[in-house]
Amino acid sequence: MSESKIYKLHEMLVNKEISCKELTQKYIDAIEKDNGELNAYVTATPETALKTAEEVDRKIAKGEQTGLLEGIPMTLKDNISTDGIKTTCCSRILEDYVPIYDASVWEILKQQNAVLLGKTNMDEFAMGSSCETSYFGGAKNPHNINCVAGGSSGGAASAVGGNLAVYGLGSDTGGSIRQPAAFCGVVGLKPTYGAVSRYGLIAYASSFDQIGPVTASVEDAAIVFDAISQYDEKDSTSQGRKGAPVTETLKNDIKGMKIGIAKEYFDGVREDVRTAVENAVEVYRSLGAEIVYFNLPSLKYALPVYYILACAEASSNLGRYDGIRYGFKADNYKDVNEMIKKTRSTGFGEEVKKRILLGTYVLSSGYYDAYYKKAQNLRGTIVNAFRKAFDSCDVILAPTVPMTAFENGHAVSDPIETYLTDICTVPVNIAGLPGISIPCGYSDKGMPIGMQIIGRTFDEATILNAAWQYENTANMFRSSGFGVKL
Amino acid sequence: MKDMKYEMVAGFETHVELATNTKIFCSCTTKFGGDPNTHCCPVCIGLPGTLPKLNKKVVEYAIRAGLATNCEIAEISKMDRKNYCYPDLPKAYQISQFDMPLCNHGYIQLSNGRKIRILRIHIEEDAGKLVHSRGNTLVDYNRGGVPLIEIVSEPDIRSVEEAKEYVEKLQLIMRYIGVSDCKMQEGSMRCDVNISVRPEGSEKLGTRTEIKNMNSITFIAKAMEYEYNRQIDLIESGEKVVQETLRYDDVSNTTSSMRGKEDANDYRYFRDPDLVTINVPRERVEEIKAGLPELPEEKKNRYIEELGLPEKDAQLLTKYRKVAEYFEQAIDGIKTPKTAANFIIGQIFRHVENESEKEAFNINVSAESLNELIKLIDSGKIRMNLAKSTLDKMLETGKKPSELLSESDMAGLDENTFNELCKQAVASNPNAVNDYKNGKAKAIKSLVGYVMKNSRGKADALAAENKIAELISNQ
Repeated sequence: MSESKIYKLHEMLVNKEISCKELTQKYIDAIEKDNGELNAYVTATPETALKTAEEVDRKIAKGEQTGLLEGIPMTLKDNISTDGIKTTCCSRILEDYVPIYDASVWEILKQQNAVLLGKTNMDEFAMGSSCETSYFGGAKNPHNINCVAGGSSGGAASAVGGNLAVYGLGSDTGGSIRQPAAFCGVVGLKPTYGAVSRYGLIAYASSFDQIGPVTASVEDAAIVFDAISQYDEKDSTSQGRKGAPVTETLKNDIKGMKIGIAKEYFDGVREDVRTAVENAVEVYRSLGAEIVYFNLPSLKYALPVYYILACAEASSNLGRYDGIRYGFKADNYKDVNEMIKKTRSTGFGEEVKKRILLGTYVLSSGYYDAYYKKAQNLRGTIVNAFRKAFDSCDVILAPTVPMTAFENGHAVSDPIETYLTDICTVPVNIAGLPGISIPCGYSDKGMPIGMQIIGRTFDEATILNAAWQYENTANMFRSSGFGVKL
Repeated sequence: MKDMKYEMVAGFETHVELATNTKIFCSCTTKFGGDPNTHCCPVCIGLPGTLPKLNKKVVEYAIRAGLATNCEIAEISKMDRKNYCYPDLPKAYQISQFDMPLCNHGYIQLSNGRKIRILRIHIEEDAGKLVHSRGNTLVDYNRGGVPLIEIVSEPDIRSVEEAKEYVEKLQLIMRYIGVSDCKMQEGSMRCDVNISVRPEGSEKLGTRTEIKNMNSITFIAKAMEYEYNRQIDLIESGEKVVQETLRYDDVSNTTSSMRGKEDANDYRYFRDPDLVTINVPRERVEEIKAGLPELPEEKKNRYIEELGLPEKDAQLLTKYRKVAEYFEQAIDGIKTPKTAANFIIGQIFRHVENESEKEAFNINVSAESLNELIKLIDSGKIRMNLAKSTLDKMLETGKKPSELLSESDMAGLDENTFNELCKQAVASNPNAVNDYKNGKAKAIKSLVGYVMKNSRGKADALAAENKIAELISNQ
């Protein structure tokens, strides 16, 4: 059985089984108690949370209608700008940066009285797959705190998996929502590029970045997606949701739905992960879906294409952190150039500097054609390969990550292997497609395994429908034992 | 070598600030001045997470500029990032256009018939500016994000005179089509000049230098003159011209190097992923084209050919858009446009002292009033002398001719009165009559003066002279 946590809490609030203030206080207490271990939050905002909760309680007391997300305690990744609340990207260079405006997604949710519990941990500037490049130390996996939460939205996944928030918004550039969701045993949706406004999301790689929800159920992901997928005139690349709210078709029958399997997605995938996904295929067969097999040979270019293009964009996006207007500024310098050099050299962490250097290199004259331009062309090839694949299927099923969460410190000691963990997630970002990761099993050490369902652009409805049917039939959700117990 | 003659080869990169109300990527005002950092928002100071939104007016203005300079307008264009680090550039990249500019392949024709080809016109954002005070450097981002077009010419300019004419023409065209005020002293028009020399007759281009950021036509001329001679001196003395960027110092009238070659910037251009493709439908281009006013060159030719004005007059009247508009209103329904031209160039121009006053052309006399005055002349109600003195009064008081001229002023002079006045002139000035009779032809002037004075200028001086001569010879 699948159950929406948001819907359940909404009912409890409306039926006055619990007040919003009590509910919020439970989460605040749980954060107080468990965040020391999980390190999911880098900034907690209990005062603003309680203020909103009181407002919601007033409305309920007056018998006013409340929306589904009203009064639901949630979190934002620390790269989503919040007016008056620190937004650090978990970087020293923005350690004390307080935005003076709200990101469009937060504007939407704030208006719906979403209860913001705080800002969640992440890899510095969303660069990393373990959350360990965070200046504040990585978020831990609620299923085993000796393992990483994944990255970059590790804090969001750790908070939702650790019951320190009902849902969170993360951002996904190369797998940053889906990978930690898979590691932490929760649901992570990366919407189609352009479905959700990027305005206020501190850019890593602008043509890949997309904000999406991390939730404890597929239905919750659908509810949050419906709320935030709005056209925003402040973001030229935004288009909003196309078609009806995805919640309307969420529970539809999937008989006859064509589920595609590309063998390339299973290359180098660990045995237990492969088995878990293959078991899911059988669940789908039992639900009347048709399984279609094909090849996606261009996937072998995905990682280099991603790292070249994302780093190129990052090298430009991160140029603005020079210590002049905001954020960290080095001292002891003799002129402005030295100030900028020192600020950037000491303000950025190693992974960020590595990617800035790589991106600067691939864009420089003499190398542009060999790297950036070639990668851009291959991006087109991958886009076309997916388009062709979707001629024969409605969704593609794949592992989210080739393995389960690794132990703390492993990513730092083996960076190449860590880059390889992105192999299954980056193609979606390259092609701008929507993808969702949902729990589909556990390793023998009890670590969650995630599977990914990928759809056509702006067809979140179909992947959420497929995901919900699986969850409803073979719910793999396991509570971690941390946080709020309801 | 001594007798070798050298040809100047120059090309211009001209930045023109567009006169849109708001900035290129946000809705902040583009007004000049203002307290530092008050015309700013999160977008134009590049706060983390903000995104640019292209102002459609900027695209439209740039297309107007392109059409007015005979460019082809691209159907598809895009924005690129030009990456470089400088404190006045808050994102560490300027959003500009690299390989797909909005306008391509135009030209401007000079009065000597030569065409200066325009390679491209692209849109981009301006940077802020650094303010140095008391050992500190401060940054003012008010200008950051103000829309610019960069007009890049081919190296077709061959003399300082051509350069001056090119810049003046550009300035005039941009003002005519209303895309910029092109105030060089306020920086809304700035030029970089690429200049080289080569032996006359040679087809090969010499090594060029680039003189950056000049904001006055006088300085452009001086800097080019200096640089032309400097390069020739180098070549004559067996040295080589180094390709470099120069700064012109107007105090010493010299150029000096801004940075060495080794610091040459690699701008790492790439498409700005935050902005979408710019599609320019052909119908839109046609619409913009249809909305363009008559351009100065076309206007000048029309004044010469259709209105029969001398070229010099046509030139003076079309040099400022407002003057031309004024002139055209003043000659509405009038058969003698030359009269209006004379009044404007002669008397009215004396009341506008400098370029900017001519540009604004705020004068006391409305075009309607001037039109009224000329109609009085054309219908024979007043004579030129009276008209001239009336116009002076109009310029002083701002009154209409009808307010300054009485019924009798405009009543004309009947023949009897005229004859009577001529007789009186002869009768009351015997000395002058005698002088005339004795061969002093000039003496008749004082007799004519008498008639003019006593007719309050309404008499026709030539007719009076003939009549008086006749009266005397009949004596």
